[in-house]
Amino acid sequence: MRALRRGHKLRAVGAGRRAPIAVLSTLLTAACSGPASMLEPRGTVAARVEGLWWLIFWIATVAFVVVLGFLFVAVIRARRPDEPDRSSSPSGERFVIASGVVVPAVVLIAVFVVSVRDTSDLARAGRSSRLVVDVVAHDWWWEVRYPNGGVTANEIHVPVGEPVRIRLQTADVIHSFWVPRLAGKVDNVPGRVNWTWLQADRPGRYRGQCAEFCGLQHAKMEFVVVAQPASEFAAWLNDIASPAQAPTGVAAVGEQIFLGTTCVGCHAIEGTEADATVGPDLTHLADRETLMAGAVANTRANLARVITHPQAVKPGAVMPPTDLSPDQLEALLDYLQGLR
Amino acid sequence: MATLAQRLEAMWAERPGLGSWITTVDHKKIGVKYIYTSFVFFVLGGLESLLIRAQLARPNLELLDPDAFNQMFSMHGITMMFLFAMPMLSGFGNYFVPLMIGTRDMAFPRLNAFGYWAFLAGGVFLYSSFLSGNAPNDGWFNYVPLANKEFTPGPNIDFYCLGLIFLGISSTGGAINFIVTILKMRAPGMTLNRIPIFVWGELAMSLQIVFALPALTAAALMLELDRKFGFNFFDAAEGGDPVLWQHLFWFFGHPEVYIVVLPAFGIASAMIPTLARRSMIGYTYIVLAEVATALIGFGVWVHHMFAVGIPALSLSFFSAGSMMVVLPTAVQVFAWLITLVSGRPVLKTPMLFVLGFIFTFVIGGLTGPMLGLVPFDQQVHDSYFVVAHLHYVLVGGAVFPIFGAFYYWLPKVTGKMLDERLGKWSFWLIFAGFNLTFFPQHILGLLGMPRRVYTYEAGLGWDGYNLASSVGAGLLTVGIAITALNILRSRRRGAPAGPDPWGGETLEWASTSPPPDYNFETIPRVHSREPLWDQPELRRGAQPVEAGAYALDDGHQVLSTSVVDATPQAVLHMPHATAWPFLLAIALTALTYGILLESPLLSALGTVGTVVGIAGWFWPQGETQET
Amino acid sequence: MSAGVRDAAEGLPHHAGGTRAFGWWGMVGLIGTEAMLFGSLVASYFYLRFTSGPEWPPGDIAKPELGLVAIMTVVLWSSSVPVHIADLGIKKGRQGLLRWGLAIGFLLGATFLVMQIMIEYPQTLEEFSPTTNAYGSLFYGLTGLHGSHVVVGLAFSLWTQVRAWRGAFDERRHVTVQNFAMYWHFVDAVWAVVLVTIYLSPHL
Ligand code: HEA
Ligand code: HEA
Ligand code: HEC
Ligand code: CUA
Ligand SMILES: [Cu+2]
Repeated sequence: MRALRRGHKLRAVGAGRRAPIAVLSTLLTAACSGPASMLEPRGTVAARVEGLWWLIFWIATVAFVVVLGFLFVAVIRARRPDEPDRSSSPSGERFVIASGVVVPAVVLIAVFVVSVRDTSDLARAGRSSRLVVDVVAHDWWWEVRYPNGGVTANEIHVPVGEPVRIRLQTADVIHSFWVPRLAGKVDNVPGRVNWTWLQADRPGRYRGQCAEFCGLQHAKMEFVVVAQPASEFAAWLNDIASPAQAPTGVAAVGEQIFLGTTCVGCHAIEGTEADATVGPDLTHLADRETLMAGAVANTRANLARVITHPQAVKPGAVMPPTDLSPDQLEALLDYLQGLR
Repeated sequence: MATLAQRLEAMWAERPGLGSWITTVDHKKIGVKYIYTSFVFFVLGGLESLLIRAQLARPNLELLDPDAFNQMFSMHGITMMFLFAMPMLSGFGNYFVPLMIGTRDMAFPRLNAFGYWAFLAGGVFLYSSFLSGNAPNDGWFNYVPLANKEFTPGPNIDFYCLGLIFLGISSTGGAINFIVTILKMRAPGMTLNRIPIFVWGELAMSLQIVFALPALTAAALMLELDRKFGFNFFDAAEGGDPVLWQHLFWFFGHPEVYIVVLPAFGIASAMIPTLARRSMIGYTYIVLAEVATALIGFGVWVHHMFAVGIPALSLSFFSAGSMMVVLPTAVQVFAWLITLVSGRPVLKTPMLFVLGFIFTFVIGGLTGPMLGLVPFDQQVHDSYFVVAHLHYVLVGGAVFPIFGAFYYWLPKVTGKMLDERLGKWSFWLIFAGFNLTFFPQHILGLLGMPRRVYTYEAGLGWDGYNLASSVGAGLLTVGIAITALNILRSRRRGAPAGPDPWGGETLEWASTSPPPDYNFETIPRVHSREPLWDQPELRRGAQPVEAGAYALDDGHQVLSTSVVDATPQAVLHMPHATAWPFLLAIALTALTYGILLESPLLSALGTVGTVVGIAGWFWPQGETQET
Repeated sequence: MSAGVRDAAEGLPHHAGGTRAFGWWGMVGLIGTEAMLFGSLVASYFYLRFTSGPEWPPGDIAKPELGLVAIMTVVLWSSSVPVHIADLGIKKGRQGLLRWGLAIGFLLGATFLVMQIMIEYPQTLEEFSPTTNAYGSLFYGLTGLHGSHVVVGLAFSLWTQVRAWRGAFDERRHVTVQNFAMYWHFVDAVWAVVLVTIYLSPHL
């Protein structure tokens, strides 16, 4: 659908005075559009890299067309076998050096310089950030901590138009932090602290995903970066650092069930005695859009499945199934769904 | 008195029968075994990739469970690199290097036989992991700590480590054998600047194996010590570092990709002058380029690690290296192109594969320097863009030339031509299927699809491209199957090839198809780079002794010639067929299983067997060059 | 010569030593690849050293003792001399030099190995083992790799000696001796690298 809409735009552009190259780029971008497309950047870093991509893309296209031209000539010169031509060809050899060494060297040096400049500009731009977010990767979810003590999982809120630095660590194996529309990836490596930064230029939800193979559920280790206007973000940040609303009625029963079963051994809920860090912090669970690092939407039915059959939701996940009576389960669900 | 041919036959022929299949030390029989065995592994690796493509054809499929999927892509990568590409190219080298340089065998025939058996045993060892459902499952580069005991407690990774060490012995032995053969056994007159480019390719490959493979062996050894004996090389909590694994792996892993591609380039360089009916333009530059690629290839490994968090300065260094390594490849590409357009190419199937090779390889090559740019790589690293790159260069750069070689060289091996019509069908299906499979993967990468995911959700714009890719893989399979059938069919129904079906210029065409056990009735003296185009008498039978040829007919002998200008220095005696290499490989297999299963009995048996095997191998048997 | 064709090969020797022998080149290849194996471990050593903290060796491990190692070094390196004499000797057909040179070289090499296994390892194992930390793994990994090469060298030596005493070698036929000598010198040379890496560098 989206590609189609772009197609209309394309015709409009073509009618204008833009160079055909722009037309082609637009067409290509259309073929390359999607919620995680790095060719539809919404962040400073990704936008810069997109520029670099189009530069090298066109260089490669030209080089390829040249090669194609030669192949074409070779084919049309084809004929039946005859006596071999044994002459030497000094001009041919000069051509080999010119096109194999001189021209590519010039082009590659230029591209290399552009890319080094991009890297250093981006590094400098990142330094001006005021906010640092800690992201700790786990098998197979993301722990997110803010300087004010706010903790959440698989959801990183950032203010729009401001650089945010991210400190990357891991609790187990190597993972990699990647939000294609905002910035390139950096690994979470055991024994190291890595840094990256990103800046979203427009409000929105940007899909992120673990990019380093990390075992069974590498495929379902997603997260989302939520870019909000500064004031909204400030409110959210304030909220995240405070305990969840106290449960009432059935939900209060649910809280007791939570604290009385295995859950408390792995999860933390601010304001209760649950403070384990094996699994995601659930203090504001109800505010999240998905469960289990993007595996399913955060609905009551899915939540129930996460508790009773986590291995069906996400085979291999580090959470064991829990047997609860229907009443207990309903109470627990009431409680968890009230965690805002 | 017996004729020269009869006398040579008596000295070089091995006793026929099944036993000889095990004891043979003839480079041609070993070469054929390598080629067919690695083709079987190619089919296995291909079937694994078909399962991958089936699983990914649509979002949220559950054909494979996550663990099965992980084993599939890991074994696919391992198989294609270590059990298909490397041994296949060694196989062609084994068969054709001695023929192209005009000698009667490889320098160390028993080592050669052992290399094959160790390859086969290593492959069987790796595949036996499927019996217990525990195939390696952490990818072909097997990053720690995921591959540590803690996170992969099963034997999966022990199979990986031990299997690769085992295969490493085979490839290292093979590489040293190629080096000595190429340096010391060339026909008189074949000076360095007359060596066929394919032979240079095998030499460059061998040098890279000798110097790069030990890093992988060391890494696998260290990891196995970590896993089995609690060493801490890679354990960050105890002062080790998982990134060390990455350095060691890629110090090998990058040269590995040129290990695969340089001899494959060599195949293309062997076919181009013959089929374009023109001397290669820029021979010297091509040779220098191969050597330069091999050297610079050692200085770029960190470009696989741009996202690890290494300081920016060293990243720029390795980025610059990755730009530099483009130049020697570009030299070769343009030398081929200019030779093709200034010749009159013959559009038979092997030539189609050459053209298809240049087309696809250049696309893959061009994404190489893109990946070498740090900011761009940090976006597409570990995405399907890289999967597209690696298949364009590997399938384009190695599989296309190898398939070309089936059409070009198997007639020499079997004496029968392959069918042209089937060949053209096969080529076009492979070409179309390949591009349909892998071109969309570039776009998938740009659309943010990470590699090594067992499934994906709908609505990300990935569905259509994945489906196209899976359909392409089907076309590709049909194309490959047609060539496989074509080869089988040619054994009975192929037209006779004659000694020189293509009008080639290198020495392999001076021999009959298939060549006799002793390769050449006389070891010819060559006077140029293109002996068959220069010395028409070579086509008409053995060069007479008066013209400077060597008969070497009073023993199982070869010539040792000088490294630079190939002047004869000595006559050396070659060993005869023997079962010891085979037995040694079996003993080593037992030892490897002994370590894997932690069985003292099996390990002890294997160790004793290994010692006995080596002793039996070297037990003096009269005169050999190894005395 | 038998009933064969008369060709230029008649003037060529049927045995070759030095760089004319395939074995010489094969041994160079083997040494090259082995050197890279050691190189990988040495590189790992320095990599881990410089990525770990300022303290090296880490933890309570003392810097390596140099006394015993000095003796071991002298013993090992001195073994190259008789081996070299044996190699030179047989090129002139001196069986005595060959036999006794190999035997003395063997004894010196074996002494080194015994010192490593019976004296050095028991001492260091009291302090740390390969499982203690990465330093321990590197220490035993690298010295053990070298030790295993000494074992292989000794086996190779035995093999060569048996054949030497049975008179298999003479001034024309001695490729095996030459190969053994090259391998043995390599094992000694690599010890220099191990010595500097494991024993000396922590003191710097
Ligand atoms: C046959 C194997 C082969 C070959 C030949 C190459 C060739 C090259 N490769 Fe590739 N590569 C792989 C196999 C290969 N690669 C594999 C298997 C991986 C993935 C491993 C894994 O992660 O599993 C990989 C991954 C890989 C990466 C890491 C990507 C990532 O994981 O993030 C990088 C980064 O720099 C890279 C770079 C290059 C470069 C610069 C070349 C160059 O040598 C290419 C040079 C050739 C050309 C450029 C084309 C011809 C030239 C011209 C037509 C002249 C004009 C050109 C210009 C002006 C640019 N490769
Ligand atoms: C030389 C190397 C090589 C070759 C040839 C191939 C060939 C193919 N590869 Fe592979 N691939 C790799 C090397 C190679 N690959 C590597 C190194 C990786 C990375 C692994 C990792 O991440 O660890 C990889 C990863 C990889 C992936 C990514 C997996 C992931 O990240 O999750 C995919 C997915 O599409 C894929 C697909 C294919 C396909 C469809 C082919 C096809 O070209 C295969 C075609 C062949 C067949 C289909 C054979 C079938 C033939 C028959 C059945 C005929 C039999 C008939 C008779 C005998 C009569 N490969
Ligand atoms: C062994 C530890 C463990 C126990 C016990 C456990 N969990 Fe979990 N839980 C986890 C882990 C780990 C995850 C993250 C899994 C993933 O995404 O891969 C998780 C995820 C969740 C999620 C989804 C959170 C999110 O933000 O996506 C919910 C809700 C949850 N658990 C609730 C519970 C409840 C309720 C119980 C008790 C009945 C419980 N858990 C018991 C470890 C545990
Ligand atoms: Cu975490 Cu992949
Ligand atoms: Cu590389």
